[in-house]
Amino acid sequence: MDDLVLVAWTLLKVLLVTVPLILCVAFYTLAERRVIGYMQVRLGPMHIGPWGLLQPFADVFKMLFKELVIPSNADRFLYVIAPLLALAPAFAAWAVVPFSEGVALSQIDAGLLYLLAMTSLGVYGVILAGWASNSKYAFLGAMRSAAQIVSYEIAMGFALVGVLIAAGSLNLEKIVLAQAGNLGFLEWFWLPLLPLFLVYLISGVAETNRAPFDVAEGESEIVAGFHVEYSGSAFAVFFLAEYANMILISFLTALLFMGGWLSPFQGLIGGPLGAPSPVWLLAKAAFFMFCFLWFRATFPRYRYDQIMRLGWKIFIPITIVWIAVAAVLVVTGVLERGT
Amino acid sequence: MVVEQVLFFALGGMLLLAGLGVVTLKNPVHAAMSLVLTFFTSSMLWILLRAEFLGIVLILVYVGAVMVLFLFVVMMLDINVTPLREGFARFLPVGATVAALMAVQMIMVLSSKHFGFDQFAQPAAVTEGSNTEALGLELYTNYVYPFEIAAVILLVAIVAAITLTHRKREGGKTQNIDKQVQVRRDDRLRIVKVASESNEGGGT
Amino acid sequence: MGAITHYLKSLMLKELLVGLSLTGRYFFRPKYTLRYPEEKTPKSNRFRGLHALRRYPNGEERCIACKLCEAVCPALAITIDSEQRGDGTRRTTRYDIDLFKCIFCGFCEESCPVDSIVETDIHEYYFEQRGENVVNKKQLLAIGDRFEAEIAAARALDAPYR
Repeated sequence: MDDLVLVAWTLLKVLLVTVPLILCVAFYTLAERRVIGYMQVRLGPMHIGPWGLLQPFADVFKMLFKELVIPSNADRFLYVIAPLLALAPAFAAWAVVPFSEGVALSQIDAGLLYLLAMTSLGVYGVILAGWASNSKYAFLGAMRSAAQIVSYEIAMGFALVGVLIAAGSLNLEKIVLAQAGNLGFLEWFWLPLLPLFLVYLISGVAETNRAPFDVAEGESEIVAGFHVEYSGSAFAVFFLAEYANMILISFLTALLFMGGWLSPFQGLIGGPLGAPSPVWLLAKAAFFMFCFLWFRATFPRYRYDQIMRLGWKIFIPITIVWIAVAAVLVVTGVLERGT
Repeated sequence: MVVEQVLFFALGGMLLLAGLGVVTLKNPVHAAMSLVLTFFTSSMLWILLRAEFLGIVLILVYVGAVMVLFLFVVMMLDINVTPLREGFARFLPVGATVAALMAVQMIMVLSSKHFGFDQFAQPAAVTEGSNTEALGLELYTNYVYPFEIAAVILLVAIVAAITLTHRKREGGKTQNIDKQVQVRRDDRLRIVKVASESNEGGGT
Repeated sequence: MGAITHYLKSLMLKELLVGLSLTGRYFFRPKYTLRYPEEKTPKSNRFRGLHALRRYPNGEERCIACKLCEAVCPALAITIDSEQRGDGTRRTTRYDIDLFKCIFCGFCEESCPVDSIVETDIHEYYFEQRGENVVNKKQLLAIGDRFEAEIAAARALDAPYR
């Protein structure tokens, strides 16, 4: 009986995270269109609901009622399962994301490793979608995306190694608490780990296949990349996975480098402004989510070979050097080790 | 405990089915995906055994990286099922011998009194802290030389693989991205002031 | 040397920040978007839209079936048949404009000696059936009757320049 209660309670908690996440994705798609519109001196969707706020729901209903086309000669099983394989890791990664001190679905000690493992799984959806579609454009997109994700994962992993050297823990909550101090936002890891922070942010953009690293979709070159053949709700699931991943990367950047729920004025001023609060985390994550859209509105798409060069020849050397620097900082005591 | 047992049997069953799929499925991509499922379920089993570091690293390394590259290659293959079956009868004796050997070994390990579980000391359970930390401490203190040597061997393998395939080709056109990226506007663009044509001749 | 300084400079991401600041500034610019059905741009009184046939204030149609518009029409969109009416004046029995052929050049309006065929500023109209694109005399007169006030006002505004 206790086990059943445990299972039910866990399911409830999972829903408490995923339902807001899905809503967040819905409004993120709207925000993307509005923000990019604003940067292009136009308004974006304005007609459905006040200020276009109901646009995502209109989009969802449109997608759901569309026909799901399965190409002839497609591998039906893999074709149908691919969107789910893209979505599942994007959601599963949220299991270890803490929202405040002690508020997380699961506080496992290897949280950072778990996150790396889950984000590395997302590539399967893309590869299988590309292969199962039996379309050359989809296949090209899948190949590009797989190579890109595998390459940038290394740089991303190294950036995380820097964080865990500085924090002395793989537990996300402890990593955030290691950034507490009396100097406000200067205590956070972005300052001592500045190169790693930038590498992580940029790799995060590359990892989610977002502009300017969106060669996996590359409209002008390979139509829509790995999801050319997908329509209706299957396409919507890919969409959901992509945006859930973006939100995840934003939260992680906020947690790992920007002090999570800690206040930027910690130790400097008292009162509610200086106190840690989940609102700070949400604000920081929202800023990075905005950055994703900002990048898309600003930068032209990278050439594919240059993406590979950036990942292998620039990011990985930088991260390796800075891991050594971080280790020296910790050993010499310049950077206080968390635990 | 009931949940744990249910999970164990569900995962174990799935693991066996997936492993069976790896060797029986005809489509190489399906087989590779079965292998992914095998890795995944076995990592879950490890996590059930409180070995979360090993479990997660199994997913991270094998599922997240190795199998992706594997799929990469497999997907490029032109799959033709019939020729795959031809060698079955020819290789059957060899295969059967290997399988029999493995079975014998398994039986020896699992049942004999010399290799049985009770012959070995129970591994000390890590009670405090994560086993990530414990493993890290062990690897980087007691076993640091084997660890480093393993890393060097892997590095040698990578370098060897690259040098084997890397060869200079005559007449190939390559792009030097470093040079391309460094090009400034001033290197390529020259703004010329052209005197405008006079309109005195009464042109149109 | 240049390569090294360039490499270090590229690590500062200066060019990226310049780009980001540009789009960032545009984010706060006033937007050009016009929310069309609710908001509309002002139209010139010379706007050339849907055609209309006008009448004199006493109710007599202006058109005298001179067929100048039919002759000048570069798209051959106008078809006119005429015959003598009971009172001896020449009138059209048929005045069709094919709006699919029409290029809205305004030549018909310019050529008309009695200001009968005009182009109004109406541009929001649609056809539901094949064939509705050919508007006949009755429809054109009806449009003229309905929008006479606007048409007259627009002509009056343009009068000083003619």
